Amino acid sequence: MSIDKTSAAAQDEHAVENPEAAAAAVTAVDPRLLVREQGLAGYLGEFKRKMKAGELGSLPVVLGLLIICVVFQSLNSNFLSAQNISDITVTMVGTGMISVGIVFVLLLGEIDLSVGSISGAASALAAVLAVNQGWPEWAAILVAVGAGVAIGALHGFFFAVLGAPAFAVTLAGLLFWLGFMLKVLGENGTINLDSDGLIGKLTTYFFADVAAAYGLAAVVVGVFFVSSFLGNRRREAVGVPSRPLSDTLLRTGLLAVVSFAAAFMYNQYKGLPLATVVFLAFLIATDFVLRRTAYGRKIFALGGSVEASRRAGINVTAVRISVFAISGGFAAIGGLFLASKIASANQSAGTGDLLMNAIAAAVIGGTSLFGGRGRTWNALLGVLVIVSIQYGLQLESIAEPVKYMITAAVLLTTVVIDSITRKTQKTAGRA
Amino acid sequence: MTAPGSSGAPRIRQPRKLGAGRRTEIPPKSLHNLPPGQAAKEMVHVSATPVLALRGVSKRFGAVQALTDVELEVHAGEVVALVGDNGAGKSTLVKTIAGVHPIDEGVIEWDGKSVSISRPHDAQNLGIATVYQDLALCDNIDVVGNLFLGRELTRRGVLDEVEMERRSRELLTTLSIRIPSVRIPIASLSGGQRQTVAIARSMLGAPKLVILDEPTAALGVEQTAQVLDLVERLRERGHAVILISHNMADVKAVADKVAVLRLGRNNGVFDVRTTSQEEIISAITGATDNAVTRRAARSTGEVSK
Ligand SMILES: Nc1ncnc2c1ncn2[C@@H]1O[C@H](COP(=O)(O)OP(=O)(O)OP(=O)(O)O)[C@@H](O)[C@H]1O
Ligand SMILES: [Mg+2]
Repeated sequence: MSIDKTSAAAQDEHAVENPEAAAAAVTAVDPRLLVREQGLAGYLGEFKRKMKAGELGSLPVVLGLLIICVVFQSLNSNFLSAQNISDITVTMVGTGMISVGIVFVLLLGEIDLSVGSISGAASALAAVLAVNQGWPEWAAILVAVGAGVAIGALHGFFFAVLGAPAFAVTLAGLLFWLGFMLKVLGENGTINLDSDGLIGKLTTYFFADVAAAYGLAAVVVGVFFVSSFLGNRRREAVGVPSRPLSDTLLRTGLLAVVSFAAAFMYNQYKGLPLATVVFLAFLIATDFVLRRTAYGRKIFALGGSVEASRRAGINVTAVRISVFAISGGFAAIGGLFLASKIASANQSAGTGDLLMNAIAAAVIGGTSLFGGRGRTWNALLGVLVIVSIQYGLQLESIAEPVKYMITAAVLLTTVVIDSITRKTQKTAGRA
Repeated sequence: MTAPGSSGAPRIRQPRKLGAGRRTEIPPKSLHNLPPGQAAKEMVHVSATPVLALRGVSKRFGAVQALTDVELEVHAGEVVALVGDNGAGKSTLVKTIAGVHPIDEGVIEWDGKSVSISRPHDAQNLGIATVYQDLALCDNIDVVGNLFLGRELTRRGVLDEVEMERRSRELLTTLSIRIPSVRIPIASLSGGQRQTVAIARSMLGAPKLVILDEPTAALGVEQTAQVLDLVERLRERGHAVILISHNMADVKAVADKVAVLRLGRNNGVFDVRTTSQEEIISAITGATDNAVTRRAARSTGEVSK
């Protein structure tokens, strides 16, 4: 029996050559097969099955975000103000970008502890080149991000080729690139950036025209609808189960509500922030790469089973190195956003709780620490939770120690959920 | 292909020159004993050059000499059962052919030409599909994704999920494989369902040689029968099959030849129709090494004269 890749007429061929088997499969329907009912009952049924199988996805974090909003809003009515939300979504981009890279690494079931230091080193490098050496800022940005990618690839080399544990390699990286940053910054320790320059504008520029935010929302919703619709039409044409139109409309509707609400809210304050646009663009691009390309499939495969991937002909070494390079690249990009926010590169860049927040954001958002499960959107959700807690506590003037403790509690809860999910999936699978 | 005691190189190659490699194993008189249908089938399977031939293959894992000087030939349209006790080296042999563990010594011939298989990709490109004993599926990826793992279909650089799903459904239907949905992760399938997915996976992409390492070990009665049917269909379509099994009934049911491995070495190749189960078992256990050797030597001797 073989299905050759080119034969579009394969179906007929099999039907002819193997009529009894095909007939048997059609007539004898196993009553336990998952045939999704239409409409609301279908949603509920699928939801229940997913809960049972432990596929919680982003549900806990979305619930968590709702709780955070309700609690802080009831404590202080400024929490959900346009200004506060705009601030939160701009501030979170630096950590969020780093967290996107972490999601890639976590998908492999590995960890990258060097991202904080890489982000600091990249911002220092960009500042030295742009301010001290007088390079154009775009060139400094390119070199800084390129350096991040190269550093990540170097870590990946030690891990994938030489077989050193990623934990240890990136721990060494954490120290080394911290030292590198301090050396690059030199005596003064702080380099102020031109706040009207390209890097400065990353977090200070807003598209003030109301049309910008609404236009972006409309484009996003439109593209989503058209691609879902065309995808479904193609599935129908080929005879593969597709979503009913009502399903597509419901999803599009939900997306439209969220997008236009956000656009409306941004327009109440300074307009659509450039930082948010860039972050969204990276999220959409990375999600596309992970879920729609063969390369992304390889990353998931490695997270599921390295041996199975190797036997399937996947170049394990190359994928591993590339993932650490991506992580380094996003760390550098995040570093530039963080530097932009404070309009300088200084000695404390990339230190403190940055690393932990970036990892926590990925995990809180629903990315599994055990590899093979997660999406880059998790980084957005997770970092939203962390930064919202920070801002909420700041409004209440609750001090740092409590912030750490609450973030820790949130992280622990998520990790426990992740572990339980994994256990349920295992028992569900082996039953 | 050769039984111990008759492993001289000229004797291995001589039958191939005659263009009847498949038949040399069968003493002429036994052909007359076959029912007419089977004898006719016999003729169809004859092919001059084996699809795959191993010559003096050895493999060592540190201190363990897993394979020593192993010989094996598989022809198109032929099912060769590979049997042996636990730890005999069957899975290791499979993995050397599949490129998971490259061989240390010896030669692998594909269609009569010596090839080097150092990566799984090499084996795939030749047309070797393998179902491993330890399955090698990704728990976190759905059925469609696993079926196409490492050879995803793309459309303008983007995964063509629709086409992959269509072909998956078609394949599973043709193989009468029933699973709850092609879009649930492998983790939520039962052991037997996973096994059928792994087997289906090997059928994609028109392989010339299919290797099944204990494919029925985890299966129920009906599924076992289906897999055996499948093996027969593969043979009818002219694929070469290597089937590893501890179940002598399965082996007797579908195999043409039985190659016995013992402690990493060849311990005889038998024709299924003319050899009793007891003889195969004693070759596996080594209990009556000499009798087996004598008998095998006798029958090969008859042919080459
Ligand atoms: N990756 C490995 N590293 C070291 N030794 C190995 C490895 N794989 C197999 N071996 C050794 O090689 C020998 C043959 O093992 P193999 O798995 O091929 O046996 P088998 O015939 O398939 O047995 P079973 O019937 O139990 O599946 C064993 O002694 C085993 O310990
Ligand atoms: Mg084995």
